[in-house]
Amino acid sequence: MKNRVVITGLGVVAPNGVGVDAFTKAIKNGVSGITFHQQLADLNFSCCIGGIPNISEEKKLEYLTPLQLRGFNSSGILYGCIAGMDAWKDAGFEVDPDSDLDFDSGTVFGTGTSGVDKFREAIYKLDDKQVKRLGSTVVVQTMASGISAFLGGILGLGNQVTTNSSACTTGTEAILMGYDRIKNGQAKRMLVGSCSDDGPYIWGGFDAMRVMTYKHNETPKEGSRPMSETASGFVPGAGAGALVLESLESALKRKATIYAEILGGNINSGGQRDGGTMTAPNAKAVQRCIQDAVKDSGILAEDIDTINGHLTATSKDSLEIENWTTALGRSGTGFPYINSLKSMVGHCLAASGSIESVATVLQLKHQFVFPNINCEDLHPKISALISEEKIVKHTINTSLNIAAKASFGFGDVNGCVIFKKYN
Amino acid sequence: MTKEELISKLKTIVQPYIQNEDAFNNLSEATDFINDLKINSANLVDVILDVEDEFDIRIENDDMEKMTSVKAAMDIVNEKLAAK
Repeated sequence: MKNRVVITGLGVVAPNGVGVDAFTKAIKNGVSGITFHQQLADLNFSCCIGGIPNISEEKKLEYLTPLQLRGFNSSGILYGCIAGMDAWKDAGFEVDPDSDLDFDSGTVFGTGTSGVDKFREAIYKLDDKQVKRLGSTVVVQTMASGISAFLGGILGLGNQVTTNSSACTTGTEAILMGYDRIKNGQAKRMLVGSCSDDGPYIWGGFDAMRVMTYKHNETPKEGSRPMSETASGFVPGAGAGALVLESLESALKRKATIYAEILGGNINSGGQRDGGTMTAPNAKAVQRCIQDAVKDSGILAEDIDTINGHLTATSKDSLEIENWTTALGRSGTGFPYINSLKSMVGHCLAASGSIESVATVLQLKHQFVFPNINCEDLHPKISALISEEKIVKHTINTSLNIAAKASFGFGDVNGCVIFKKYN
Repeated sequence: MTKEELISKLKTIVQPYIQNEDAFNNLSEATDFINDLKINSANLVDVILDVEDEFDIRIENDDMEKMTSVKAAMDIVNEKLAAK
C-alpha cells in the first residue's frame, strides 16, 4: 500500500517576489526581477544583469537570530531558511526552538554550492596564515548540507535531513526524493526544496562559458528570453523554493490546506551518451524521463494541461520543445500550454526547479497560466512544432487539472514531476 | 584596568553567545561559559576571537582550552596584557 502525497505548504524567495503572496502577484502580472548589477560590471563580466531577491536586514532578523547572523555570509542558506520556514508555517506548523523533536518529519533541501562568499572570505584568511581566526561559522555555511542542517535544527526535524545536488535538476529532484520517502511510508512529512547563492563567485564560471547573455546590459528586464528567436543565453538568478509534502492521510487528519497532489515523476540521466555531454542533454533520455514520469503517475500524455519547462533562453530551447512533442506525442494545437518562469526570474540554477515548481503548483491551486515575457518573437523552430497560442503572453484563467514540471541539468541529468489539482 | 572593568568588557563580549539570561545577568568571576551561560561549545572559539580583538592579544591553543570561565579568561587576559 503506497501513500498518496499532497502539498500542504509553500515558501518562495524569488528575484521578482519574496513570499507566496508577492510571488503569486508577480508571476500573474509578468513582473521581471532582473536588474543591472554594477558589481558584475566592475569585475568585467560580459553579462552584468541578474536576478537577486530583495531581503532587508529587518527581514533577516525575522528568520535568523542575531547569533546565527554573526559572521553570516551565505545568501543561499538565507534564502533557503526563509523559504523553508515560510513553507513550514504555511502548512500550519509552528517554528519554535523548543518544539518536540518530530521523527515523522524530515527534509531534502538541495543546493549547488553553499556559502561561496563565506568560502572566499575563509580562503583569504587561510592564505594570510590566519586559519585560527576563521571562527566557528565557516564549516556550517560552506558544507553542502548547510541548508538542511540549518532547517533541521530550526524546525526540530527527526526524520532524514539531507541535501541533494544535481545542478539545475536539484530542486525537482529534491521534490521526488521527499515524495518517494512519504509514498513508501518512511516519513509523514518532508520539507523539500532547493536554494542557490547569488553573485559573481557563483555566476563567474557560467560567464566564462559564454552561456549567459551579454546583449541586454542596458535592457535587463528584456534579457531573459526563453523561446524567443533573439534569445542569446540565460540570465543568472538566485533564491529558494520550498514545499511541504505530506501523506494525504496526515494532511486530512490535520485538516491542512492542500495545494495539489503529486502523482509521480521520474529522475534519470542521459549518461553523456548519444549526443548528451557534460553540458548538453541526451534527447532520448529527456524524452524517456518525461514518458516514465507520465507512466509512473498513472495518467496519459493527453491528460497534461500545462507544462512548466526548463527553457533557459539558450539555443537548446527548441530542442526541449521538440523533446516534449516527441515524448508526449502531441504537437501543434494539440500541445498543452507551456511556460518558463525564467523569463521573469532568470535561471536560478540549483534553486530553479523548486522555485518553478512552486509557481506550477500555484497555477493549479489558483487555476491560471502565468505569462511568458520576452518571447513576442517566438523562435520559428518552435512555432513549427507547437501552436503559438500555447505559449501565453498574458495570464489566462483556465481550468487546469494536471501540470508537468521538468528540469535538466549539467551532468546530463533529468527530472520530471507530475502535479494534479486536489479535489 | 580594574577587575570590574575587565569583567564588564568580558560580559559585553559573551553577550551574543549566551543562552541563559539569568546566569548572564548575575555574571561573576565564578561564572562558567558552558555550564552557566549555556554557550554552545562551538561558539567558544568565537568568544576567544572577540577577546583577542578587544584586547589586541593572541591566545594560543593551550590557553584556549583553559578559557572556559570568566575567571580563567581574566587570568589569561591579564597575563597576556602584562607580557605586552
